[in-house]
Amino acid sequence: MGAVAEAPLTIHLRPGYHVNSNMPSDEYLIPLRLTWNAGPLETSDVVFPKPSLEKYAFSEKPLSVFSGDFEIRTRFKVAANAPAGPAVMTGKLRYQACNDRMCLAPKTLDVSLPVEVVK
Amino acid sequence: MEIVFTRFKWAVLAAALAFVLAGCSKLSHSPADAAVKSDQDRKPAPAFSLTDEHGTPVSLADYRGKVVLLNFWATWCGPCQIEIPWFIEFEQKYKDRDFAVLGVSFDDDGWKSVRPYIASHKINYRVMIGTEKMSQLYGGVDSLPTTFIVDRQGRIAAQHVGLVDKSDYQNEILKLLADQKRAAGDSAPGSLAGLLRPDQRP
Repeated sequence: MGAVAEAPLTIHLRPGYHVNSNMPSDEYLIPLRLTWNAGPLETSDVVFPKPSLEKYAFSEKPLSVFSGDFEIRTRFKVAANAPAGPAVMTGKLRYQACNDRMCLAPKTLDVSLPVEVVK
Repeated sequence: MEIVFTRFKWAVLAAALAFVLAGCSKLSHSPADAAVKSDQDRKPAPAFSLTDEHGTPVSLADYRGKVVLLNFWATWCGPCQIEIPWFIEFEQKYKDRDFAVLGVSFDDDGWKSVRPYIASHKINYRVMIGTEKMSQLYGGVDSLPTTFIVDRQGRIAAQHVGLVDKSDYQNEILKLLADQKRAAGDSAPGSLAGLLRPDQRP
């Protein structure tokens, strides 16, 4: 009980595309979000990399974005009542991507992380 | 007690998270798309019936005889926000010349986001909330902005995916407005076409 671990989620964006960061520049922009469902592990923190501030033709001010390859790291700790053995943590990744001329619809992806709690 | 991740590459992912979504969209903006199609290449714009911000039904059929700029957009779409002031200007400038802008929003939360946006940006044209059916009718709209220019006969005369120059729209609108004037002149009383019944005209 109380053990902690950190798991990275690696994301690869195609050249020319970006996603809004977890803290976008404007309230109308859809932020990047990684959320986890309840499970044998408790989520302590979801850590995003430092975003870039990029200026695009369609924006008056620089936007806070991620592009290229980056990682989102989740810090977990074992729940007090977690049973030993294999399990799966599930969650959702919500994102919205654009290039410099157009935007794609926001998407939500299911994510799953197989884990094993060892006593 | 310790946690063991049985795999560091998480299930689900990577192909999806490689954002192949980029490959699922229409990315290119060919010069041909920017031009007004020739008469024989124009296909009928799919009919639709949605509801505007006042709860009033809107059908494309209502606009037969007018040139329509049909814009698919969303409040979260940065490039869309560049175009909207242009469309406001076009609506104001050309509405008395048988022209109309119709906006179709694909905001997931519908009027909750769109109504305040209409007010704050002083949108002067009719706006509707799009549906999946509407998207599919128009070829599967997966990139925003996507804009269609519909001629007076209800046919798609031009289409654009992504942000384009304001002058592109302006030129297309003016061309289509002028086309009708020429067609109307051909059918005017005293002209040869004007002497023929509609079914006899070429």
